[in-house]
Amino acid sequence: MLYQFADVFAFLILSAAGLAIVFGMMGVINMAHGEFIMCGAYVTVGLVHAGFPLPLAQLCGTLAAGVIGVIVEMAIVRKFYTRPLDSLLATWGLSLVVTQGMLILVGSSVAGIGTPPGSFAVGDYTFSVYRLVLFAGALAALGFVYLIFMRTKFGVHARATMQNAKMARALGVPVGRVYALSFGIGAGLAGLCGALYAPTMTLIPTMGATFIVESFVTVVVGGSNVLLGTAPAGILLAAVRTSLNAWHGQIIGQIGMLIAVILIIRILPEGISGFLTRKQR
Amino acid sequence: MKLRTRLSIIAGALSVTAALTAPTFAADPIKIGLLEDISGDLAVLGKPKLNGSLLAVEEINKAGGIMGRQIELIHLDPQGDNARYQEFARRLTSKDKVDVLIGGITSASREAIRPIMNRTTIPYIYTNQYEGGVCDAGMISNGAVPEQQFSTMIPYMMEKFGKKVYVIAADYNFGQISAEWNRMIVKEQGGTVVGEEFIPLGVSQFAQTIQNIQKAKPDWILTINVGAAQDSFFEQAAAAKLNLPMGSSIKIMLGFEHKRFAPPALNRMQAVANWFEEIDTPEAEEFKKRWHAKFPNETYINDMGYNAYNAIYQYKMLVEGAKSTKLADLRKVIATGKACINAPEGEICIDPKSQHTSHRMRLIAVDEKHAVKVVKDYGVIQPYWLAKIGCDLTKKNDKKQYTPSDLPK
Repeated sequence: MLYQFADVFAFLILSAAGLAIVFGMMGVINMAHGEFIMCGAYVTVGLVHAGFPLPLAQLCGTLAAGVIGVIVEMAIVRKFYTRPLDSLLATWGLSLVVTQGMLILVGSSVAGIGTPPGSFAVGDYTFSVYRLVLFAGALAALGFVYLIFMRTKFGVHARATMQNAKMARALGVPVGRVYALSFGIGAGLAGLCGALYAPTMTLIPTMGATFIVESFVTVVVGGSNVLLGTAPAGILLAAVRTSLNAWHGQIIGQIGMLIAVILIIRILPEGISGFLTRKQR
Repeated sequence: MKLRTRLSIIAGALSVTAALTAPTFAADPIKIGLLEDISGDLAVLGKPKLNGSLLAVEEINKAGGIMGRQIELIHLDPQGDNARYQEFARRLTSKDKVDVLIGGITSASREAIRPIMNRTTIPYIYTNQYEGGVCDAGMISNGAVPEQQFSTMIPYMMEKFGKKVYVIAADYNFGQISAEWNRMIVKEQGGTVVGEEFIPLGVSQFAQTIQNIQKAKPDWILTINVGAAQDSFFEQAAAAKLNLPMGSSIKIMLGFEHKRFAPPALNRMQAVANWFEEIDTPEAEEFKKRWHAKFPNETYINDMGYNAYNAIYQYKMLVEGAKSTKLADLRKVIATGKACINAPEGEICIDPKSQHTSHRMRLIAVDEKHAVKVVKDYGVIQPYWLAKIGCDLTKKNDKKQYTPSDLPK
């Protein structure tokens, strides 16, 4: 049960971490989030096929998604900060172009690389060790986001920029670069999600779509303060989904999780972080 | 503006009269409408279907066409969207005026366009293996059905591995009805279904499912999960050392999972199929050579692509037998019981009562290196189930899909 919880939690957090920054902090409704995940996965698998060891390939996949994120921010997203609804359209279009482009360029499916071996047994059950790596990856991603945005100068600049860009610029913060870097970190975290899940999944151009619902609901439930909200949102939704999955299978698990999301947003319109902040005051 | 409208009405009226009065010249092409996904979640499967159709059309046209008429193939990509299937089926039948419509991957897409085809007199050929039971005079099915796949494989699996089976199935009509077939056959054979799990399309995480399977302790698993996302099950089950025998009506020959996943994810998978690329009869080798010459980048010639190729030859045989492209005339040829072609698997014939196709079925198994070997050859199996439960299209057109729990009254 704990293992199942960790597994669902890892999936929610890893798919949501990048979006938490891009959507939660920066307010860009990034419909191409899934494609950054796909990018991380494809780069990883391509490099493993080329002979790279898996961890190095995963690092490259993460970085590649991050770099592409910076480029996308400077070329497209930058023009839409004042028009959030248009950013939805622009990134959705980007997502369609990338998916179809990949389908034409690399074909409908790429050969998988296989999950690193290793399993352990508890009673009658056997589990894959790699799933624990995913859980560790999720915790590391949360820790990384916290450190970057709460403990570095860049983090202060970033938070200042997101709250009031004009004021931040007046105080000498290089607003443009902060936006580009933040978006890049978000994209890189999405790439990390793809890189980590690449060995366990079918690789197709539309694979990002399997993550996108989970990532958006986690961020929305988490609320506007992503540093505070994402982790509790992940815990809460994972608990709901795991217990329902165990009780009556995947369909009930998925339905139950989405109903929980509707209820939470209805009761706590500002998400979990909004609720926590209010309590603190 | 007004003048233009009037002109276009006149032009339209003229062209209609022209179409009505023009005699069919021998040079007029025969139009085949084709609906196959080459983008979306099922593109992996749809691309070989398009390629198989292209290959057959090219070969037939080079050899002089059908009764001296060339084939014009009109392919549209519904992108896995059932609403688009309906829109495109309407377009092909009413605007392009195709002589025959071929295609559809999922049973959901087939059931979406079948009512549209029923309002026309245009024949429809469905080229997938499926859950069986469609009793419809407007439709010809050339894929394998449960009496060819499940009635062979499930008893084999129960004898070889044990009587307890766990089912993971995609949650739509194909998965639900296939699971129903499994329940019926397992019961007949004195076994038990220790667990059934229906999975929404698009789900890719299976840790809980794997644990549920371990808890139920089955002897083998029936895997009728569908789509690229759900195929992730194999990788995750292998990583968790589930290592149970698996049986399926769609894996290997259809989704070539053994080529897409790194070994040993598909170890101990068995399937019963009329076609898989590893068949090595001389006719099959000849066919594979022609295919790979035209499409050198094809990863695997799957049974859907193979069926799509046969469908066009079956259509040619029917039209030449009937000397007509009309559905009623084609059905007269089917009614003789001699509507057969020599396919790469051997001779296949269309059964008059159900309009489904006989197939030579083989049981294949995958080892830990993902090599495929033939375990058992069942010979030619007729699609007998529909006739057995009372569907007889030579007498009555039911236009309905039956299942083991929904039989004709």
